[in-house]
Amino acid sequence: MKGIINSLWLIPALPLLAAGIIALMKRPQRKPAAALAIGSMALAFLVSCVAFVATLQPEAGKGAVQLTHNFAWFDLGGSALRLGWLLDPLTAGMLVMVTFVGSLIFIFSVGYMDHDENLTRFFGFLALFAAAMLGLLIANNLLFLFMCWELVGVASYLLIGFWFHKPSAAAAAKKAFITTRIGDLGFFLGIVWLYHETGTLLFYDNGAGCLEQGALTKLVTQTTVGGMAVSTAISLLLFCGAVGKSGQLPLHVWLPDAMEGPTPVSALIHAATMVAAGVFLVARVFPLMGAATADLGLEGHSPHTTALTVVTWVGACTAVFAALIAVAQNDIKRILAFSTVSQLGYMMLGLGVGGPAVGMFHLLTHAFFKALLFLGAGSVIHGSHHEQDIRRMGGLRKLMPITFAAYAVGMMALAGFPLVFSGFWSKDEVLHAAMIWSPSKLPFLLGLFGAVLTAFYMTRQMWFVFFAPRAESASSPGRAAHSASHHEPQGASSSPHESPRVMTLPLVILAVATVLLSLFATPVWPWFHAYLGGQLDHLQVGWSADSAAGLTMLLSVLAVALGVSASWRLYSRGKAGTDAVERLFPRLFRALQGRLYVDEFYAATVFRLNAAVAVLSDWADRFVWSSVVELAAWLAKGLAWLSRTLDESGINSGFDAGCVETRGAGGFASRLQNGQTQRYLRILGAGVVVLVVAIVWMGNN
Amino acid sequence: MLAWTLYISFAAAAAMFLLKPDSRQGARVLALVAALAGLAVGVVGAVQHSGGGLVTIQKLPWVPTIGAEYHLAADGISLTLVILTGLAAVVGILFSWNVEHRTREFFAFYLALIGGVYGVFLSFDLLLLFVFYEIAIIPKYFLIAIWGSTRREYAAMKLALYSFIGSAMVLAGLVAAYVVSGAQTFNLIELAKYPFPVAFQNWVFPLVFVGFAILAGLWPFHTWAPTGHSAAPTAASMLLAGVVMKLGAYGCLRVAMTLFPEGLATWRNVFGGLAVVGIVYGALVALTQRDFKFVIGYSSVSHMGFVLLGLMTLSTIGLSGAVLQMFSHGVIAGLLFGVVGRMVYDREHTRDLDELQGRRLGRAMPFAAVTFVIAGFASMGLPGFSGFVAELKVLIGAWQTFPKLAVIAGVGIVLGVAYTLRTVQKAFFSGDLEDVPGTPHGGHGAGEGTITLPEKIGAAVLIATTVVIGLYPKLLLDWIVPSFSTPLFDGLRKGGLL
Repeated sequence: MKGIINSLWLIPALPLLAAGIIALMKRPQRKPAAALAIGSMALAFLVSCVAFVATLQPEAGKGAVQLTHNFAWFDLGGSALRLGWLLDPLTAGMLVMVTFVGSLIFIFSVGYMDHDENLTRFFGFLALFAAAMLGLLIANNLLFLFMCWELVGVASYLLIGFWFHKPSAAAAAKKAFITTRIGDLGFFLGIVWLYHETGTLLFYDNGAGCLEQGALTKLVTQTTVGGMAVSTAISLLLFCGAVGKSGQLPLHVWLPDAMEGPTPVSALIHAATMVAAGVFLVARVFPLMGAATADLGLEGHSPHTTALTVVTWVGACTAVFAALIAVAQNDIKRILAFSTVSQLGYMMLGLGVGGPAVGMFHLLTHAFFKALLFLGAGSVIHGSHHEQDIRRMGGLRKLMPITFAAYAVGMMALAGFPLVFSGFWSKDEVLHAAMIWSPSKLPFLLGLFGAVLTAFYMTRQMWFVFFAPRAESASSPGRAAHSASHHEPQGASSSPHESPRVMTLPLVILAVATVLLSLFATPVWPWFHAYLGGQLDHLQVGWSADSAAGLTMLLSVLAVALGVSASWRLYSRGKAGTDAVERLFPRLFRALQGRLYVDEFYAATVFRLNAAVAVLSDWADRFVWSSVVELAAWLAKGLAWLSRTLDESGINSGFDAGCVETRGAGGFASRLQNGQTQRYLRILGAGVVVLVVAIVWMGNN
Repeated sequence: MLAWTLYISFAAAAAMFLLKPDSRQGARVLALVAALAGLAVGVVGAVQHSGGGLVTIQKLPWVPTIGAEYHLAADGISLTLVILTGLAAVVGILFSWNVEHRTREFFAFYLALIGGVYGVFLSFDLLLLFVFYEIAIIPKYFLIAIWGSTRREYAAMKLALYSFIGSAMVLAGLVAAYVVSGAQTFNLIELAKYPFPVAFQNWVFPLVFVGFAILAGLWPFHTWAPTGHSAAPTAASMLLAGVVMKLGAYGCLRVAMTLFPEGLATWRNVFGGLAVVGIVYGALVALTQRDFKFVIGYSSVSHMGFVLLGLMTLSTIGLSGAVLQMFSHGVIAGLLFGVVGRMVYDREHTRDLDELQGRRLGRAMPFAAVTFVIAGFASMGLPGFSGFVAELKVLIGAWQTFPKLAVIAGVGIVLGVAYTLRTVQKAFFSGDLEDVPGTPHGGHGAGEGTITLPEKIGAAVLIATTVVIGLYPKLLLDWIVPSFSTPLFDGLRKGGLL
């Protein structure tokens, strides 16, 4: 079983190979492309299961299974940069989840993208995404993780912009890429700094990795700007990457726009897997995040380091902020998108207050029920001819019964209905950990408030989509805003219909999984905690929680009840075609609908500043530097003119004078030889006389 | 062996004039064969050379009275750049297959330029190096002035003047070094051993460094680059960005930095700062351009900033990163210019992004679009492409010396994403691509629209190169890294700089 580590690379390699082959296929080869992508993903799932089984048998007393396989990549100058794979419970759990959910979403796509002429390309991109995502999970090197992280971003860019003929999709793709890249800048600098300090980027390397004791001790003891420990500074830089990828405040703006992509993409990338990569990153480098000079944390609770405190607050604020906005959205996918942002906030909160097990369990359960919800939404959109505005749906409960049932399971899991839905247990754990977090109780209260809101907006959505009376031709103010999504030809008058089996089957499987997953992390049998912590052999069945757990559970049940009942009361009695909350608080509603104007704020500040600087630089280049060059040219020309003048009046005139004299001399000489014999004789005579005189004179001396 | 690279190029340039003036195909084939031979010689020579140490190729007396020698040698840095030159030459010819106007002369100048470039990379005698450096400038002028486009004479003259001013500075510095050392030799390795007085180094170093760096697009001496690049015909802009800018950076590293290490120590913060200004500034300006080629031109300024920043780190990581970045930028910029100049401009007859916006090029020329998207990803330094490894090494090196500059340079990377995506979407993926799929829009005749085989091969070669180096940078780094332990860099090492 331990030999699996040497074949772990197969998991990302299989979809990558599929993506490569699909890239060479022609557009009409739709079926082979889909089959190849799904097949590779299913195989990857099988290998992942084997890897998962390998992590189930920890050696006694050694903690969690941790297998690594490292190799040199290239010479960095002095030392080699080494990459590697890592298999531990964190990786294995994620691998199984991604390949399982991924396979189902791939299958769903066959039905959903049936009418799209570029199905082949679509599956190529999906496979590429899967390869990158799986590579990210098995990385034992921060740099390799970052490389896959960027590749995932590329795939996401390509898939959001898949319908690039829609200007909104093209813009959303660009926005997603650039926004996450801003976070990645911090991530990248963190990597560079970490390498500078520790000389390695391997997570685990027999004691020499950057997440192991030696390196951590070094990082914790050094301080940098403002007395901050180097470990804190690096952690925060890495966290910037997570903030970007996981849509946390203040970089959440791209995720709702990313819903311009096809719905399976939203389910796979922007709900279940990629956006969770930020959470995974924090869990992965948790030893670094939680590193402190003296271990301040109590046994079983995470330490209160600066880095984790930041994670906690960012998570808590995001959870409430996004939930608030979700209340006032009308696009079925955007509600889910803001809900994703909000749930990612819960995961961060869980990591901050409770450590990897708490945050990661919510990640896993959320992946299942959010994929379920998105696919359900996809089924709704597909069935109602690409209508996405919930106010124009209604009554689908009877028309799409399977979708309705599955969606209801997802909705109840997300809202946190007690006992049989996994979302209840995972959210409860987050809240429980927040409740006993000693620095402040505010994150807990925020989390609880978020839970009320979650129940509220999900009930609202359920009401509009499945229960409200059908308002076929109600024209709503949101119409103009959604004109972009009407590119697809609409079936003229046919009523909504249930989706084909290839789409409903994944829904049912996900719904079952959502329920079953709740078995694994109850206070009665906290298997997941023990699994991540490597304490499976100590696992016992029995009530193991403290008194706070009971109270938390009670409060969270009350929160759900409050949210659901308030929402149901408001909406079931409201008039068709209007929004109850809008009537009650019109200004607040509009502000929320406008997403609290964060986008506008960025447009007015960051973008404008950037544009101004760019224009200024361009201007400088065109005028300042060009002027300098022109000036130099003019100076050169001036000098040339000066030289010419000098030449003509000074140097040349002397030369000319010399020439005149030479010519004069020449004229004189030529006059001597004018061909007249008399003159020759005269000269000859004179010469003889001169000669005689000279000889006589010399003879005398 | 490696010396044949330049002999072949010059010989083929001369042989062009044996062809009949109107034999265009003959000229093309001859040029391609010569360039391929040059590349093959370069690769074989490089492989035989393995190890990256300094090896003399040829050493004959040249002008004995002043001690100048015909001295060709190579280390790993030369090898890397020789291979880059060979690649750029071959692909440039593939991308100029459609030159119809005075084809023979075009390729003659082209090959002469290539020969000069090979000469610079292989010369270890300063006078010889300088002569080759000058040889490379002259064909460049004619290539732009005769076969160029937008304001070609202005651009050609601007480029030539900039180059000559740089050369004059370099020459002055070299003569000064020759006189001061009193060693009666132009041998680079000998001169590098001579301890020039610090005061002397402090003024000669910037003179020679800037003289070379003008050609590498050092801010604020970069303004020749965008105009020059955009006026030049496709192959010439590919060479200009791909190879000629490297001449400057190579000169900085090979001559200025090895001869005057103490001057370097004095000035390194200044030039490191200028390099980073170039990175951010180039990216910002690229963000506002309307001319497609200007975007690439300014992106070159930005990317060459990484080369200069890498040089100023003075660590093996940073220096080898800088050399790798030279290679990487050469390949990627060549590809970008190839797409813009050959695939788009030659067919659409405009480079105005606002005009291209409505033309549905993504539909009309999918190959060009895909190529440009890949090249764009490579250019923005995504992992998997050569630029990532190079920029990573430069930034790690920079972090050790100037952490603040490294942060600012990182901002440049983000801006790089912004201008690349903006350009990709404006040029290829905007306008309504939905209606009437498959029909090319008006504006060019049938047949002109399809991408020809030579273009496809050229693009594939460059993409393959950047991916291979991006995934397996060891191929080049095994040559580059050992170069920095040759005696040539003793001066830097002694000062504790390396």
